[in-house]
Amino acid sequence: MINIDALNMDSRELNKKIKESIEDGHKEINIINVLGQRFIGNGIQNKELKITINGTVGNDLGMFMDGVDIELFGNAQDGVGNTLNSGTICVHGRAGDVVGYAARGGKIFIEKDVGYRVGIHMKEFKENVPTVVIGGSAGSFLGEYMAGGILVILNLDSPKIMKADAIGTGMHGGKIYIRGDVNANNIGKEVVILDIDDDDYKILKKILGDYGKKFNFNSEDLLKDNFIKLKAISHRPYGNLYAY
Amino acid sequence: MSVLDKLLPEFFIKVDRDLCIKCGQCVNNCGFSALLQDKDKNVKPIHEKCVACQRCMFVCPTKAIQITKFPGTQKHNDYWDPEYINNIKKQANTGGILLTAAGTDKLHPIIFDRLFLDACQVTNPSIDPLREPMEIISYLGEKPIDIAIEFKDNSYILKNKLKPNIKLSSPIIFAAMSYGAISLNAHKSLARAAKESGILMNTGEGGLHKDLYEYADNIIVQVASGRFGVDPDYLKRAAAIEIKVGQGAKPGIGGHLPGYKVDDEVSSTRMIPKGTDALSPAPHHDIYSIEDLAQLIASLKEATDYSKPVGVKIAAVHNVAAIASGVARADADYIVIDGFRGGTGAAPTMIRDHIGIPIELAIAAVDDRLRKEKIRNKVSIVAAGGIRHAADMAKILALGADFVTIGTASLIAMGCTLCQKCYTGNCSWGIATQRPDLVDRLNPDEVSKKLVNLIRGWSLELKEIMGALGINAIESLIGNRERLRALELSKETLDVLGVKPAGR
Ligand code: SF4
Ligand code: SF4
Repeated sequence: MINIDALNMDSRELNKKIKESIEDGHKEINIINVLGQRFIGNGIQNKELKITINGTVGNDLGMFMDGVDIELFGNAQDGVGNTLNSGTICVHGRAGDVVGYAARGGKIFIEKDVGYRVGIHMKEFKENVPTVVIGGSAGSFLGEYMAGGILVILNLDSPKIMKADAIGTGMHGGKIYIRGDVNANNIGKEVVILDIDDDDYKILKKILGDYGKKFNFNSEDLLKDNFIKLKAISHRPYGNLYAY
Repeated sequence: MSVLDKLLPEFFIKVDRDLCIKCGQCVNNCGFSALLQDKDKNVKPIHEKCVACQRCMFVCPTKAIQITKFPGTQKHNDYWDPEYINNIKKQANTGGILLTAAGTDKLHPIIFDRLFLDACQVTNPSIDPLREPMEIISYLGEKPIDIAIEFKDNSYILKNKLKPNIKLSSPIIFAAMSYGAISLNAHKSLARAAKESGILMNTGEGGLHKDLYEYADNIIVQVASGRFGVDPDYLKRAAAIEIKVGQGAKPGIGGHLPGYKVDDEVSSTRMIPKGTDALSPAPHHDIYSIEDLAQLIASLKEATDYSKPVGVKIAAVHNVAAIASGVARADADYIVIDGFRGGTGAAPTMIRDHIGIPIELAIAAVDDRLRKEKIRNKVSIVAAGGIRHAADMAKILALGADFVTIGTASLIAMGCTLCQKCYTGNCSWGIATQRPDLVDRLNPDEVSKKLVNLIRGWSLELKEIMGALGINAIESLIGNRERLRALELSKETLDVLGVKPAGR
């Protein structure tokens, strides 16, 4: 394990330090005094690496990342897990906009609230199914254009009927689970609201189990509450938009 | 079907019964199912389905088949073009958006054809490129403002630390066309030709198929709003990375690759489930400003250890010069500007034909602006959209571009006949299709040679033009507007182009 003190380091310097530490064979990197540095873990391909971060990270934490396990004690700005390939990002705090944009694998667990456009255009392919779990609530355009993956909103201490608008607009794959409910006029016309069935229950049980472990609480209890599911009506939402 | 639902065919298929030997080749070759054979092997045309892709005419051994415009006519009308009338009927039937492909076919003024290059006569000699060295090697990427050279131990040492640049044998790049929009065999042909010619091809936004990994040094990979196929390997397996913001054929709108073109291989390359529409949103959802763009550029550089150029592709729109300035300041290493004639695998007709500005004006404006702001060295300028031949290329270089990309021209070398039906997935030439029966007929061995020939031909012609101009290095042509004159262009246009009228 190696400790890196990020005090007064700019993003490029910090990321260089991280990459050098990996080259030196370190499997655990502990970074302290992070204050807004961007691109931490960006593009790193390493299935055995664990990065622990203390402080507030800047944008694009773990962008393009492949396999790394990141745990952040603090808040994150925009773009957590942007275009994530695989690995785990766990944020003990809040995160900003576009969490998990275009992710095609990996897991993102956020303890509290997130901003707008979270889970936009997530994808999936075969066994690669990205999972994003938000403990708090989320802003508008949640899961817009989603092509795959699983997005879970737990609404732990926010109103159970989501205030966000345009949820799932243009969605054509994947699932959004919401603990609580949404107003029908706050969702995109490309999605339907469904009750969760036995399969969903199993999926949620597994995901919440993982989530609870990260944040030290029995999240499976939440399954007693009402969950709804948003699902795309069609894999080809714009198939009949055109005049041939 | 009521008579109101009906459209008259656009084309008329004539089969000459005397010449036809009933071999059925035309029937087998038609990707659009416009030809059938009855039980006596007579060829039966279905005129409505014909798109004039010409494949049948090329394959017919006796030239017994001819495609013509549908001979039935309407009362002549210069304003209400038959195309507009047909389109209205289509929309009255479906309520849909008109869809088309390839570059605009409308008769907008063609500035290229009003521009003429200079030549040396008497006062300074022209150069014979066959006998004298003529340098068209081009470097893609940021250049230093000035260079420091040290002479030590009998050799020159460059003291600057240069930003990553890619060396191309000629200032030509195959335009971005995605796997999905075009076939894997088409992609392979482009990659192979790029490698052989020492230039670059561009994956477009559909990811990189594993069969192309070996061509990594000649490949630009695109990162578009859909982020298809973008993973760390993709970014590392490329000579350069390009953020696609816009496209000349459809500025400001995203892309919809229809689910029927997303087969097993396309789905694994794009990393989305089979049969799903591949939807590229109009904007990148992490780019809402120049600052955000700068951030994505930085992020891509960070992910690839600052080892390769990162470019940005934008469409030529009204404010293109100011936008390009922002892009250059956002630390892009090159900017692709795609003019309103740029091609596409699918675009709404209204967008393709009515949005954007000509590439000639856009390049002149961008080059001028970046020079005035003293940041021209920060980016290579790549001109895209409607470059038809080597003279267009020479003219756009003289207007300020460092490179051109060729999409339509390269497709034509591969067989394309500009039928503009790429979005149907039925391309008879095996290019814009994923149907195995059609893809198989495009042989990368054969087609890559055609592309290599095309690049060779244009490069030789470029050298000839430079020779006539008395210029022996490509750098002296770039932005050299003094060597252009214009015929019958308005004062305002001349002003933007920075070109004098012919005779002055
Ligand atoms: S669609 Fe093409 S191949 Fe078919 S009949 Fe028309 S021109 Fe011939
Ligand atoms: S690529 Fe094929 S479908 Fe597209 S215009 Fe050319 S010939 Fe037609």
